[in-house]
Amino acid sequence: MNITLLSGSTIGSKTRTAMNYTKDIIERNYPDHEVTLLDLADFELVFSDGRDFREYKGDTKVVTETIMASDIILIGTPIFQASIPGSLKNVFDLLPQDGLRDKTAGILVTAGSSKHYLIAETQLKPILAYMKAQIVQTYTFMEERDFYRKKIVNEDAVFRIERLVEDTMILSETYTEARRIKEEQYGF
Amino acid sequence: MSFEQYRIDDSKGLEFGLYTLGDHLKNPHIDKRISPQQRLQEIIEMAKLAEEAGIDLISVGESHQDHFTTQAHSVVLSAIAQATEKIKVSSSSTIISTSDPVRVYEDFATIDLISGGRAEIVAGRASRVGLFELLGYDLHDYEELFEEKFELLLQINKEEVVNWEGEFRQPLRDAHILPRPLNGSLPIWRAVGGTPASAMKAAYQGVPMYQAMLGGPASVFKRPIDAYRETLESLGQDSSEFPVATAGFFYAADTTQQALKEYYPHINEGMKLTNGRGFPKQAFAQGTHLKNIMNVGSPQEIIEKILYQHETFNHQRYIAQMDFGGVPFDKIMRNIELIGNEILPAVKKHTAKAKA
Repeated sequence: MNITLLSGSTIGSKTRTAMNYTKDIIERNYPDHEVTLLDLADFELVFSDGRDFREYKGDTKVVTETIMASDIILIGTPIFQASIPGSLKNVFDLLPQDGLRDKTAGILVTAGSSKHYLIAETQLKPILAYMKAQIVQTYTFMEERDFYRKKIVNEDAVFRIERLVEDTMILSETYTEARRIKEEQYGF
Repeated sequence: MSFEQYRIDDSKGLEFGLYTLGDHLKNPHIDKRISPQQRLQEIIEMAKLAEEAGIDLISVGESHQDHFTTQAHSVVLSAIAQATEKIKVSSSSTIISTSDPVRVYEDFATIDLISGGRAEIVAGRASRVGLFELLGYDLHDYEELFEEKFELLLQINKEEVVNWEGEFRQPLRDAHILPRPLNGSLPIWRAVGGTPASAMKAAYQGVPMYQAMLGGPASVFKRPIDAYRETLESLGQDSSEFPVATAGFFYAADTTQQALKEYYPHINEGMKLTNGRGFPKQAFAQGTHLKNIMNVGSPQEIIEKILYQHETFNHQRYIAQMDFGGVPFDKIMRNIELIGNEILPAVKKHTAKAKA
């Protein structure tokens, strides 16, 4: 399966650090899968103008086409101004409205404060649901104190990432298999 | 406005047409694509067979990007006009936004003369927008380009000598727009997406609407049609004088299961290339329901569906897309045969209106 890790911010280090750990865990535990890490800090994206995602150029096209070719997307996001960053929202805006159909999406949040705990629940999940993703119900939430100099210093946080990866893989495999069985029953 | 002006005689029942987007895709059943030349010739041949089967209309669309071959759709329509005698010849649709309305009118008035008064234009805004960059237009002007140029097209249809000024084209001063169509004017329709707001724009401009439908219940597609008619009434028009057309997927085979099996890979694989993602199998399976607008199934089921749609929409024309995604020509022939022998006679019989 194609797995894309999307680090949704153009600045800061916590989300990218957590995504690096996530990538290592996937590569260690699921070596047969293709893993791509897209860090929005490494790309220059245009704002969405409503065109077909394949008609963008350059970095924008690379990011949209990579996501659309994925079976699994693990979204890492910081919380800015009590919401997801505009850079991440723009990625969703660049995609078709049902662009996450048959894709499994897991969420990892890094935040400066525990006050932001429900932001992903109330603001990110509705977007993913609207775009028809299969959403992993439980997400990983990490705070400033879990990091020190681009390393995760809270072992429990690493365990939570491991569980997120496992939950995401289980949901993806289960859903893909269940859909295969159902589609076979259609008989065409 | 009257049906007559749009060359529609509803005493003969619902008009039935075929349309093609001119897509050029491989047949997923055998993983092969025919040459663009063969595809074009088969489109012309499809029009001839449709005419023989008693089908009322054939239309061709323009898409300026990979996987298509009727970029010059008016040229294809001209060839069809010459190869046929009585079938109506239309676009589906003409992207007026990125064309010069004067040139479009010249082309279609010419096709009208060649065909002996059978040409029509359906103007659309483009769902695939590759042509904006190709032809040097800014996608930010998407809406205004269409509205301004469409209104100029309508003006040229009404007036032989045109005075006009706008943002996206040089002004016209006492411009004599020739040739004129055989009977003075062309039927010009507005292509409408799935939303009421889109249909209301056709009402504001006082033109008939063409509704594209991919899949879903008829009741949902009735909403834009209702909005169109309500808007016309609110403007003091008699909405019963404005024709409405619908367009959607069509595929007939001896059994429903066979139709699904044969057609689904064409739609799914084709849409992956033209639209960037396939057609969900679940939605396609639901398409067989009587109340779903996708006309895929056995001839008897399709008859029932079209009659149900007619009851729901009270529309005057339906056009069927049966060639998308590399459907081989023998299957296109088979579909036309089923339409001519079974579907069309039943649909006409049940939808013909007694003359007042």
